[in-house]
Amino acid sequence: MARIDVNHVRHSYLPNPQKDSDFALREVHHVFEDGGAYALLGPSGCGKTTLLNIISGLLHPSHGQLLFNGKDVTNLSTQERNIAQVFQFPVIYDTMTVYDNLAFPLRNRGVPEADVDRKVRETLEMIDLASWAKKKARGLTADQKQKISLGRGLVRSDVNAILFDEPLTVIDPHMKWVLRSQLKQLHRRFGYTMVYVTHDQTEALTFADQVVVMYDGGIVQIGTPAELFERPRHTFVGYFIGSPGMNVMPVAIDGKTAKLGSQRIELPGVPKAGSGTVELGIRPEYVRLGRDGMAVSISKVEDLGRHKVVRANLEGREIAAVIGEDETVPADPKVRFDPAGINIYADSWRVEMGA
Amino acid sequence: MEKTWNNKAWFLVLPVLVLVAFTAVIPLMTVVNYSVQDTFGNNVFTWAGTEWFEELLSSSRFWEAMVRNLIFSFIILAIEVPLGIFIALNMPKKGWGVPVCLVLMSLPLLIPWNVVGTIWQVFGRNDIGLLGYYLNAIGIDYNYVQDPFDAWVTIIVMDVWHWTSLVVLLCYAGLVSIPDAFYQAAKIDGASRWAVFRYIQLPKMQRVLLIAVLLRFMDSFMIYTEPFVVTGGGPGNSTTFLSIDLVKTALGQFDLGPAAAMSLVYFLIILLLSWVFYTVMTNYDAER
Repeated sequence: MARIDVNHVRHSYLPNPQKDSDFALREVHHVFEDGGAYALLGPSGCGKTTLLNIISGLLHPSHGQLLFNGKDVTNLSTQERNIAQVFQFPVIYDTMTVYDNLAFPLRNRGVPEADVDRKVRETLEMIDLASWAKKKARGLTADQKQKISLGRGLVRSDVNAILFDEPLTVIDPHMKWVLRSQLKQLHRRFGYTMVYVTHDQTEALTFADQVVVMYDGGIVQIGTPAELFERPRHTFVGYFIGSPGMNVMPVAIDGKTAKLGSQRIELPGVPKAGSGTVELGIRPEYVRLGRDGMAVSISKVEDLGRHKVVRANLEGREIAAVIGEDETVPADPKVRFDPAGINIYADSWRVEMGA
Repeated sequence: MEKTWNNKAWFLVLPVLVLVAFTAVIPLMTVVNYSVQDTFGNNVFTWAGTEWFEELLSSSRFWEAMVRNLIFSFIILAIEVPLGIFIALNMPKKGWGVPVCLVLMSLPLLIPWNVVGTIWQVFGRNDIGLLGYYLNAIGIDYNYVQDPFDAWVTIIVMDVWHWTSLVVLLCYAGLVSIPDAFYQAAKIDGASRWAVFRYIQLPKMQRVLLIAVLLRFMDSFMIYTEPFVVTGGGPGNSTTFLSIDLVKTALGQFDLGPAAAMSLVYFLIILLLSWVFYTVMTNYDAER
């Protein structure tokens, strides 16, 4: 296991990058602590797979440095870095049996056959393919194949880190849940450093202790699931995490109040707002629907079973509110914003609030 | 949708049936007709029964040509398949080198077969041929007109030059269809260069290789034009393959009956071998 330092890493797929937009990875400077479970979360094309491939050595970064336990590995090959990585789509060795597929990474490194056997059986048990051990791998279904890929990632116990690149994309929902909790258990048992790339927020939030949210080639926020939810550092994090995402509306700040059209909203403190566009962000969970507050017109109520999502129009803009399953929408609806859930953003970045 | 059961669909295959009848079935039946009769010309035929077949199967000339043919096919497969794989593995996968290599590889395949024969016939000559002249100049006694071994070497080298490209192109097509993730996974798993070939590239090429072997076997077993142009089957009978022997019998000696019998046996052998290959390939598919 290793602590991974990503030092000012930039990467471009172009031969002569000039502008910032030429970089798939603008600049990442981050430490993955030894034994941590991290999720890299972000939309497609935000650079998360690029970062992962740089860590495993499949890509050489254009700029920057990579340290494992303080040792510079930037110029080491993938083999020398001793990393396990699981890819999005199943990669199996067609002509081998399931057993041999799992044994392959161990045998390539000259592990004694007795240890190979023990580790492979353990892993087969874990991915629930023990009864398939002697079958040819090519006859399996897509999700069984992906389990083999996953197994090959987990079979070596001495790796520096295990990297997952959206490994559960082809697995069906129930199995996804089972495998994810198994990964979580493994992490607790063996303390692997794990980095898990996904664009699925549920996956990221349930798997990781620390979620790294990436957007447009850079890291916008690193935090626990709770921090990402309560205090999104960037409006993108607000939109991207949560369902529905955060309500964001342009406001004018006047001391401890924010002005939204003709409405005045009480703030928990005085924002240290700089210049530029100022916006107020509030999660639908903190929007209270009742008989007092700001008048809204309801456009839609979506009943999701556990709760209802109310789409309403406030001062000409669409906002969402989450209300309990047994709550009803009043005849003359009004909303209040719970001050605990209010965040103020200047040029899309969150600003702190003073007393 | 409601299915309509009638035989109208047969009209759709009628054109091709007619075409095949004229190009294949009718000529074949003519050959069958010749093979059981004897003629001395003037369109006078007498019944010969199975005489020609008996004579053919007991003639050493036929079996010798057949053995020569099998040895030839075996040698060129043993050279062209590994060589083709080797070249395909070393061809560039991207950049400007790809079209250059592909065009270079296609060139021999675009040359008409008799021209290939003529090129090598001249190339190997002792007096004016670049190859023959310089081989002798550096002291190697090379003369494909008189020495059977030299004749074989010439024909084999010519065939390798002409047809290895086909194996290369097929293998290359198989190789470029392998997704990058496989190579990445192999790196992660610490696989050696050999293991990558053995467990990723070779299995992915298996299907195209089967086709390549099938095509090269069929073609080499039916080879006619090139050795006919270069050696004319000689020196002696040393490069007389089945097809050359057949043409000698039919058109040289004008023995229509024996030649027809030989054609049929030749045809059946190729049919049998095609069937074997076909079965192997479909079984392989079913196993997948």
